[in-house]
Amino acid sequence: MKRRTFINLFLGGSLVGTIGSFLYPVIRYLLPPKQSEAGVASVSAAKSGELAPNTSKIFKFGSTPGILINTQEGELRAFVAICTHLTCTVVYEGDSESLLCPCHNGRFDLSGNVISGPPPAPLEALEVKIVGEDIIVSRIS
Amino acid sequence: MKNLFQKLFAYFDSRLMLSTIGELAKKKTIPEHKHSFWYYFGGICLFLFIIQVITGILLLLYYKPTMDSAYESIQFIMSQVKFGWLIRSVHSWTANILIGAIFIHMFSAFFMKAYRPPRDLTWITGFFLLLLFMFFGFSGYLLPWNELSFFATRVGTDIAGTLPLIGKALKSFILGGPDVSGATITRFFWLHIAILPFFTLLFLGLHILLVQILGMSKPIGFPKAKVKEVPFFPNFILKDALGWMLILTLVGILCVFFPWELGKKADIFATTPLGIKPEWYFTFMFTTLKLVPAHFLFIEGELLAIFGFLIGGLIWLLVPYLDRKAAMEQKSPGFSLLGLIVLLYIIIMTALTYFHPNL
Amino acid sequence: MKKSISGLVIFLFFILFVPFHTLADGCIKCHKELENALKAPAEAFQMDVHQKYGLSCTSCHGGNPEQEDIDAKDDSFKGVPLRKDIPELCGSCHSDSLYMRKFNPNLRVDQMELYWTSQHGQLLKTGDIKVAVCTDCHGIHGILESSHPRSWIFPWNIPSTCGHCHSNKEYMKDYSISVYQAEDYKQSVHAHALLEKKDLSAPVCNDCHGNHGAAPPEVTSIGYVCRQCHPSASELFSESPHKEAFDELEISECEACHGNHKILPPSDEMLGTGEGAVCIECHDPESTAYKIATTIKDELDDFKSKMLNAENKLQRADKQGVEISEARFRLQEAHTTLIQVRNLTHSFSLDKIEEKIKEGTNVIAEVSEAGDSALKEAKFRKRGLIVATFFIFLLAIALLFKIKQIEKKIPQ
Repeated sequence: MKRRTFINLFLGGSLVGTIGSFLYPVIRYLLPPKQSEAGVASVSAAKSGELAPNTSKIFKFGSTPGILINTQEGELRAFVAICTHLTCTVVYEGDSESLLCPCHNGRFDLSGNVISGPPPAPLEALEVKIVGEDIIVSRIS
Repeated sequence: MKNLFQKLFAYFDSRLMLSTIGELAKKKTIPEHKHSFWYYFGGICLFLFIIQVITGILLLLYYKPTMDSAYESIQFIMSQVKFGWLIRSVHSWTANILIGAIFIHMFSAFFMKAYRPPRDLTWITGFFLLLLFMFFGFSGYLLPWNELSFFATRVGTDIAGTLPLIGKALKSFILGGPDVSGATITRFFWLHIAILPFFTLLFLGLHILLVQILGMSKPIGFPKAKVKEVPFFPNFILKDALGWMLILTLVGILCVFFPWELGKKADIFATTPLGIKPEWYFTFMFTTLKLVPAHFLFIEGELLAIFGFLIGGLIWLLVPYLDRKAAMEQKSPGFSLLGLIVLLYIIIMTALTYFHPNL
Repeated sequence: MKKSISGLVIFLFFILFVPFHTLADGCIKCHKELENALKAPAEAFQMDVHQKYGLSCTSCHGGNPEQEDIDAKDDSFKGVPLRKDIPELCGSCHSDSLYMRKFNPNLRVDQMELYWTSQHGQLLKTGDIKVAVCTDCHGIHGILESSHPRSWIFPWNIPSTCGHCHSNKEYMKDYSISVYQAEDYKQSVHAHALLEKKDLSAPVCNDCHGNHGAAPPEVTSIGYVCRQCHPSASELFSESPHKEAFDELEISECEACHGNHKILPPSDEMLGTGEGAVCIECHDPESTAYKIATTIKDELDDFKSKMLNAENKLQRADKQGVEISEARFRLQEAHTTLIQVRNLTHSFSLDKIEEKIKEGTNVIAEVSEAGDSALKEAKFRKRGLIVATFFIFLLAIALLFKIKQIEKKIPQ
């Protein structure tokens, strides 16, 4: 093979390889990822009607757990579900209509205030809005 | 195969004058001398800009420009989108490398006195390109909406707000309100993907066209006979391409081993953390403002410094007309000294920001 | 001549200045002109809470404030009350609910009643005047409300108020109790919360001992006292076999393992049978309890190391630039489980503990998997870089050859 042709082939081949190693990531990037949308600080916690009265649901709020409660009277409340004592995740107790931390039995009322137990501060409350079918929870602005 | 290629070429040639352009292109030469290494930097800037356009367009697919979603969309790109981490890190790293290359390109043109007429217009368009790219950097920096970028933007726009008469209105216009907010993200996004690209293409087009028409400037005192001229196609452009390959490798290594961090999401109610500073290419101005005494005679120190920069910028812009000696193809060491002082000032002030942050 | 002029001056002084003073100032006015111990009460009283409600020196000491002659006798003047009479003196107002209602209807009126049930009150009745009376804790003339941060009885001042006597070896030498309570307390987790983190909900002397009816809680009731803030641990303890055993043996419940004043943050080393473990203080190596203790500790340690492992994986991936916030979120659940397990140790029930650990282990397995794939991703990126660099390198070499060829015009 002539030297010139070899060099040209070498150049062409390595050019194709380089372009390929750039095109591959770009094409993979363009294809839609599994989780279709970015998680947002305003999160759709549930669908309206999903929660029966006096029940709750834990949802993901950014990178922290949140808890959405449908009270006995049908009012929606939401809090950051992290106990202010030692950061365990709280649960809702229908019988006592309060939020309980299972670690040391810290108890919060439906405004997030501490009723009993070791927690030193109230739960962080979140804003709840109903937009169409979705219950949107966001940080209080 | 060759026949098909020839037919295609003939088709486009008859409509786009390809062969005429080809002839002109073959004539383009680059002078080769001991300083011609610096000629590469214009092409490097162009190459890096193209990378920014491509990665920017890709990021546009997943980025969301609102207070609630900006940070999260970047997090999404970094974690969920395939190779999102790569596209984002390339965009962030290349932005910084590009501005560095622009400074090198500008100073090499300055020291080689490439600004002397008839290349004064090239210099002027270049100056505006520097400004445009610094605005690109400033506007783009806010878009991930993390703690650092939020406060850096606030500090930067506060400085703009101190200008007499126009300061308050200017700051309000830039921010879209009294303070950095969701409206600011929208505005900066608008600037970053529409206004700045438009003007950049305009000025860049003019800049490159001028270089093609006027050819490369040779340093003063290099007679034509002594300097060898090499053809741009294919000699110089192959060497250009080699340089670009090295830069690509550098960017790749940076992105894999030093990925651009996500940071903490901006909280508009939080207090300013210690040690907030703008991106490195603004730090020389930032540190100047910190060091300047509070009052000089009856004028406020900061204001004096800002005016100093404005006047300095104006002088820098008009250097082609101020440097009479260079215009007459004579050595002008005075202006070389000026350039050296400016360069040293920028380097020292930038270094001070990082080595003595508590000034 | 001189005498009459000075007499005139004195006369004018009294004519001009005396009528302008009100009732309360009579005592204060004179005492302020005096020095040291006689001046101090007048000065301190300016800040006193009683003064704010319109009371004065005469309210406790009697006497006639309008009288200027200090030698004149006034039958109502009581002078400095004796220590043994102070509870009755303060109680004469503070136990009268009709009277107190005029000032603060919310204030309790049973302090004196409680005081007589306390150790201090009991000993005072026998004639011991070294014990604390009202003024020892509340102050004498500059008494501040208990909600005022500089009051001697504001929560974070209480250890030094009680410690004033109780930490004084000399003073306490006739009594058979320790003098290290305040010192011990200051090293405790409760003191850290109160004095350093300024958490006013943290317990201090009076929260466990009572304030006016102060007495150490009885052995069988310590668990109930701690339960006021630590309901979960206490409930678990009461349901466990330890409650009955401790009560029979008259071992003070929570105190046996956690101490009373020097309550330190509990560590996992208190479990099991190693150094620092509390279980081996009672249980022999051959007993079933000993085996259970060992098992609990081992399983807890195992759980913790799994969690640490998973956490490390995430950290390594994070350092290499891979995004792991989702996995960290999951790990938070495992952290909750760990805290629940630690609390469950008060039940001493292996079943309950193992069940909780299993829950947590499942979560950790998920996190660990996420960590593994994150580390794989990091490796993939490095490999991808090598591949891309390889091609670029080849291209660069090809370019070099081409450039050389063109420049030297290598013949074909």
